[in-house]
Amino acid sequence: MVDPEPARLPRLNGTSTEAIAMSAQPLTFASHIHHVHHAARGEAPWVRWSLIAIALLFLALFLLMPLALVFVQAFAKGWETYVSALADPMALAAIELTLLVTLIAVPLNTVFGVAAAWAIAKFEFPGKNLLTTLIDLPFSVSPVVSGLIYVLLFGMQGWLGPWLHEHDIKLIFAVPGIVLATLFVTVPFVARELIPLMQAQGNDEEEAALVLGASGWQTFRHVTLPNIRWGLLYGVILCNARAMGEFGAVSVVSGHIRGATNTIPLHVEILYNEYNSAAAFAVASLLAMLALVTLALKSVLEWRLARQIDAAKDEE
Amino acid sequence: MYKSPDKLPLDHGLPESNEHMRTYRQHGVLPGFPLALGFTLLYLSLIVLVPLSATFLKSATLGWSGFFEAVTTPRVLASYKLTFGAALAAAAINAVMGLLVAWVLVRYEFPGRKLADALVDLPFALPTAVAGIALATLYSSKGWIGQFAAQAGFKIAFTPLGVTIALTFIGLPFVVRTVQPILEDLERELEEAAASLGATRWQTFLKVILPTISPALMTGFALAFARGVGEYGSVIFIAGNIPLVSEITPLLIITKLEQYDYAGATALAVSMLLVSFTLLLAINLLQWWTRNRRGSRV
Repeated sequence: MVDPEPARLPRLNGTSTEAIAMSAQPLTFASHIHHVHHAARGEAPWVRWSLIAIALLFLALFLLMPLALVFVQAFAKGWETYVSALADPMALAAIELTLLVTLIAVPLNTVFGVAAAWAIAKFEFPGKNLLTTLIDLPFSVSPVVSGLIYVLLFGMQGWLGPWLHEHDIKLIFAVPGIVLATLFVTVPFVARELIPLMQAQGNDEEEAALVLGASGWQTFRHVTLPNIRWGLLYGVILCNARAMGEFGAVSVVSGHIRGATNTIPLHVEILYNEYNSAAAFAVASLLAMLALVTLALKSVLEWRLARQIDAAKDEE
Repeated sequence: MYKSPDKLPLDHGLPESNEHMRTYRQHGVLPGFPLALGFTLLYLSLIVLVPLSATFLKSATLGWSGFFEAVTTPRVLASYKLTFGAALAAAAINAVMGLLVAWVLVRYEFPGRKLADALVDLPFALPTAVAGIALATLYSSKGWIGQFAAQAGFKIAFTPLGVTIALTFIGLPFVVRTVQPILEDLERELEEAAASLGATRWQTFLKVILPTISPALMTGFALAFARGVGEYGSVIFIAGNIPLVSEITPLLIITKLEQYDYAGATALAVSMLLVSFTLLLAINLLQWWTRNRRGSRV
C-alpha cells in the first residue's frame, strides 16, 4: 500500500514551523531512528562534555532565561496582582478578540491547506512548483509589511478605501483587518505540513477506494483524512500558536483601540509601555503557556507521526 | 466539499496493472482537482497575491525619483545599516552556536537531551511580543543579565547590541533545524575512513564533515538572516528605537504610517519586499543545492 520507493518523509521530529516550511528537506526515516543508537565516538570525553556544556549554557542563557523571566515577573507582585491583571475588562476583551480571530483564521487556513495539499500532492499540473513557492511566500514577508499591504488596499489612503468609506464599511483599524492580517501570516502552516506527507503516501489507497465504488467525498473522509490526521493536527497547532501570538502584522492594522481592537499581544505591549510591568508579564504568561502547550503537543505528535511512518515501513 | 466524481473508474474498466494506474493518475482518476485547485488559487490570490501586487502598484505611483528619495534618507539608511548589520551578526552567531547545538543534540547522549531538543523551537512558539518584553527586561541595566554589563560599563538594551541579541534569539532554530537532519544522515563510515587514514578528529571535521554540511549550514544562515531582517516584535522593546541609533527598518515603516506618510511607508515596504524575495530565491537555490548533494550520496 506504500509507494514502491522507500517512504521519504519530511523530518517531522523536532522540526519547527518555519524551518520545515522553508526547507522541507526529506530524510529517510530509518537514519533518524538509528542515530541515537550510534555510540558517540570520535571525540575525547573532555571535548564531548565541554561541547555539551557550552551548548546547554547557550540554550539556558538565550532561551530558558527569557522564558523563566516571564513567569517570575508575572508573579513578582503576588497572586492578587496576577489575577487582577487577567480579570481586567480590557484584558478580557483582548482575550475574547484573540479567540475570535483565531476561530476564524485557523479553520479557514485549515480548509485552504487541505485543498492546496490535495491539488499539489495528488495531481500533476504545470506551475506546481511555483504554486508551492507562492504558498510559502508569507513566511518571507516581514510581519509589518504583511499588515501594511492591507492598509494600502483597504485604508483611507488605499485603493479601495474611499469606496469602502462611502459604503460605511470599516476593515482597517477594525476586527476584519485583524482577521485578514492573521490569515496572511498563517496561510502556509497547514499546507506546508500536509503537502510532503500526502506526496509520500501516494494515491494508491484513494484509487483503491474509488475502484471499490466509494464516492470522492467518502474516499476523502474514510481514506485520506485518517491517513493525514496527525500531520493535519500538527499543522493546525502551529497555525493556532502563530494566529494567537501574531504581533507585528496585527499591530499595523489594529489601530490599538482598547477594548475593541486589542489582541492579547497588543494588550501586552500597551501595559509594558505604560510601565505596568507586572500586569504586562501576567498577560504575557498566558501566551508563554500557550507556547509551552504548543511545544508539548508538537513533541507528542512527532512521536505519533514517527510511529505511523514506522508502521507504514513495517507493512512494506 | 469534494463532490463525487462524475464517473467512477469502474466505468472505464478496472486498471490491469501499475502501468495503468500511473496513466490514470496523470489523467486525474482522483476527483476534486478543479475544485481544490480553483479554491487554492482564489484564496491565495485574495489573501496574498492581490494585496502584495497592490503594494507594488502603489509604489509605482511614486515615480522612480520619489521612490529613490524615500528609501535613501539618512534615517532610512541608518535603519538599513542597523537592520542588515544586526541580522548578519545574529545569523553568524547562530551559524556557529546552532551548528554546535545541532551537533551536541545529534551526536551525544546526555541527561535532558530531549528537553533541550524541544526547547530549541521556543522562539517559534513564543509570541514575539512576549519574547520582546522578556529580552528587554533581561538585558536592561537592572535586569538579570544587563546588570553585569552595566557593572562592566556598557549597555545592551537600547543599543545595536540589544537588537543583535534579540535577532540571535529569534534565528537560532533555523540553523539548528536545518543542520540537524543532515548531521543525522552523515555516513559515519567516511569519518572512520578518515580516522583510519590518520586524520585527527579536528581534520576530519574540517575536511570531511564541514564540507558535507556546509550547504545546509548556509541555508540555515540565510533563513536566520531573512527572518532577522523582517523581525519586529522581539526587537522593538529591547531596541528602544532611537532614530539613527537603534531604529530598525520595520519600525520605521510603522513610524511613517503613524505620521500619515503613506508614500514613504510604501516605498520602504517595497524595498524590504524586494530584499525578502531576493533572499527567498537565494534560499531556494541553496536548498536545491543541498538536495542535490544529498541525492548524489544516497
